[in-house]
Amino acid sequence: MAKYANVNELSDSQLDNLLEPPALVQNAETFHDITESVCSIAEADRMPRSWYVLFTLALCFLGVLGAMIFHLFTTGVGVWGNNQPVAWGFPIVNFVFWVGIGHAGTLISAVLYLFRQGWRTGINRFSEAMTIFAVCCAGLFPAIHVGRVWVIYWVFPIPNQMDMWPNFRSPLLWDVFAVGTYFTVSLLFWYMGMVPDLATQRDRAKTKLRQFLYGIFALGWNGSNRHWHRYERAYLLLAALATPLVLSVHSVVSFDFAVAQIPGWHTTIFPPYFVAGAIFSGFAMVLTLSIPARALFGFKHIITMRHIELMCKVIMCTGMLVGYAYAMEFFMAWYSGNRYEGFTFVNRAFGPYAWAYWTMVSCNVISPQIFWFKRARRCIPLIFVISIFVNIGMWFERFVITVTSLNRDFLPSSWNYFSPTIVDILTLAGSFGLFFTLFLLFCRWLPQVAISEVKNVMPSAHPHGNHGEVNHD
Amino acid sequence: MAITGRLTMTNQTSIHGILAEFDSVDGILHAAEKVKQEGYRKWDCHTPFPVHGLDGAMGIRQTRLPWLVLVMGFAGCSGGILLQWWTNAHDYVFRISGKPDWSLPANIPVAFEMTILFAALTAFFSMWILNGFPRWYSPLFRAKCFTRATDDRFVLAIDARDDLFGEETRKLLESLSPNTIEMIEAPIEDGKIPLRLKGMLGIALTLLLLPPAMIANARFTKSTQPRVHIVPNMDTQVTHRGQEASDFFADGQAMRLPISGTYAQEDDRLIGEQVGFWTGKENGAYLSSIPMDVTPEFEDRGRARFGIYCSACHAVNGSGQGTVHLRAQELLSKTWVGPTDLRTDAIKQQAPGQLFESISNGIRNMPSYSSQIPAADRWAIVQYLKESL
Ligand code: HEC
Repeated sequence: MAKYANVNELSDSQLDNLLEPPALVQNAETFHDITESVCSIAEADRMPRSWYVLFTLALCFLGVLGAMIFHLFTTGVGVWGNNQPVAWGFPIVNFVFWVGIGHAGTLISAVLYLFRQGWRTGINRFSEAMTIFAVCCAGLFPAIHVGRVWVIYWVFPIPNQMDMWPNFRSPLLWDVFAVGTYFTVSLLFWYMGMVPDLATQRDRAKTKLRQFLYGIFALGWNGSNRHWHRYERAYLLLAALATPLVLSVHSVVSFDFAVAQIPGWHTTIFPPYFVAGAIFSGFAMVLTLSIPARALFGFKHIITMRHIELMCKVIMCTGMLVGYAYAMEFFMAWYSGNRYEGFTFVNRAFGPYAWAYWTMVSCNVISPQIFWFKRARRCIPLIFVISIFVNIGMWFERFVITVTSLNRDFLPSSWNYFSPTIVDILTLAGSFGLFFTLFLLFCRWLPQVAISEVKNVMPSAHPHGNHGEVNHD
Repeated sequence: MAITGRLTMTNQTSIHGILAEFDSVDGILHAAEKVKQEGYRKWDCHTPFPVHGLDGAMGIRQTRLPWLVLVMGFAGCSGGILLQWWTNAHDYVFRISGKPDWSLPANIPVAFEMTILFAALTAFFSMWILNGFPRWYSPLFRAKCFTRATDDRFVLAIDARDDLFGEETRKLLESLSPNTIEMIEAPIEDGKIPLRLKGMLGIALTLLLLPPAMIANARFTKSTQPRVHIVPNMDTQVTHRGQEASDFFADGQAMRLPISGTYAQEDDRLIGEQVGFWTGKENGAYLSSIPMDVTPEFEDRGRARFGIYCSACHAVNGSGQGTVHLRAQELLSKTWVGPTDLRTDAIKQQAPGQLFESISNGIRNMPSYSSQIPAADRWAIVQYLKESL
């Protein structure tokens, strides 16, 4: 360990050159090194100064969110810019935006797990946490946008004094089930993956309180191989269940639009298009978060340059998928021969919201193209900037879909230009406060990297001798 | 070093088991194979991560977890379908846009999500239950070497309750060249939850039960108090009916007059020459004839319009015994004024213009039909009343 004690002071390319081909875990020779570098963060008395700065900032924004919600509840949804004909304004845009971000986590944990992509281990805990917090933000918007929040429980099939049931043929109710299931399963997945690591933190804890709290949540995990056996089975099953789930959730979200007969919404391409967009935005968010985190907490040897490069490739690929979807929408608008459909798309690109449309195209389709170059895929500041661009672009995608399809509907007399109110904008900003508060707390107290899984992909985790029935892989 | 492990320090009497610590994957794999060969049954390996091949080396049988998950997945799917059928097609039928009461495609998304939800919950909870969790205390936590079993050491533990356990066990482990060997003694009482913690848990649980109890109470009792309005102005908004007074407007009326210059679509035609055609009157007197050409088609149209607009009340033969009237009598409505018998002389003697006016503007309890029936058709009905009824 001493040899690489200051591994974090090495530059990325130096780190890379140390091992060839790039290994998943660089320069951490022993299992203990991994434990040490992950656990020492939660055990440290103080965090880096930037953590405090960010946390204060996040708390401020969280406060703004609280104030806006209070204002909304006591005054009514009229405080927002939503009105005819754009009845679905910021709340829905923000909802779809956050749910989309919440997709990368489960995708990385589940889909890449099924495909046996070892590189997921460096970033999965991280992105799972991101998923949970993003889904929290997402769930907030539909819940507060109903106007009479105190009867929001009507969305659940609970026997009530009206003797009525929710309408199961409405995509909005499908949303309740899809997002609810997604949140539950992601939470289980995240927590289950964390239990062995919580046990590690418990066993290293020095104070009574920590032993107690980590101990409670570690459930008494003792690393028994008989437990590991069922644990791994359950983990595989959860991954297998989460994979179709993650695809279904954004498909269902897209049904909110596609089932309505509004030109610009009523298309069959929506489910795959939304799923691609979700993966795209989710990976961008993972990059936005992990680039500062790996520098701040010293994870450069765990979240390596190779991880970042791979994520850049995913972003480029999904960016082209959404680009294809944008083009295909235009093609179908023309090919269908439907006047209204055609009008909507011309209006999108050249109408009053052309600025939003072209922001979206330049951020989502054009900017990731730079990742064709290996130099760009290894230039951290550039990657960070592009990841922010993609986040912005994907927010605008949802804005464009929602607002441009509604603002000029069938009846020209009701055409209107939608503009958000200050409350709209502050609520959106506040939701970032919620997200980052939760995320920074996670970084502070919980294992940010799946310790046991990272150990599992290290060379020393694989048996060398010939052990009877042991199968070498 | 679980929480309760250190909270109970009791007299130690018997041996709980023996531990051997290894520092490599190969070490533990080799040891596990040996221990298995010797025929031990109550033993286990504790590792910081799942070691490849250890299941085989220990001879662990496949868990039945996947079957549980499969069964519960099916249960979730059928439960989801049943829920939707019962709520939307049976108990409270949704009749929207002429759609069938029950159509499976629309119910697939929710059924799918329920399948996943049930299966995932089963995978999660049955894994912990089959593993015997949560069990915050284990005698193993007392061992010194055990704290690193979740870090970088691989520990093999043989339980003292194993039939083969004895002096040879120690020798066997020594022969496997471990880092250390450690005996653990069993505490008399296995880690009990401290009383204070129990009390706190009890109080927390009771408090948690309070809100649902209050809701259940409110559900089944009646109150003389008005409903709680969280945001009053959303529940009780100021609304006015047509003829009500209101302080809001200067003229004291709640209802607004149409913007000046507004007129009904037909009004402009009133200004034309054929005033009688539109009003049934000329110079204050009722028209004595129909101001239109009376053709067979015109008479047919009159009969048809009468059937459509008038027969519901006045009956097809004009007797006044239409279905609306019969129904009203069935309900024994005291204030009901029956439709007039249109075959009586009193009606027959009326001028066409007067009949036209009754239809156009309504009369006493009968409403106006001018907005529903165009003027030409009203004249056709008058022709029918006069000549054919
Ligand atoms: C909703 C039921 C209803 C319908 C439909 C209806 N009437 Fe009447 N009609 C009445 C009632 C009730 C009266 C008696 C009103 C009263 O005496 O207060 C009446 C009275 C009359 C009278 C007698 C007027 C008088 O001078 O005493 C005539 C004529 C008449 N209806 C013609 C028609 C014609 C023509 C139609 C079809 C266009 C028609 N009604 C449709 C309910 C109806």
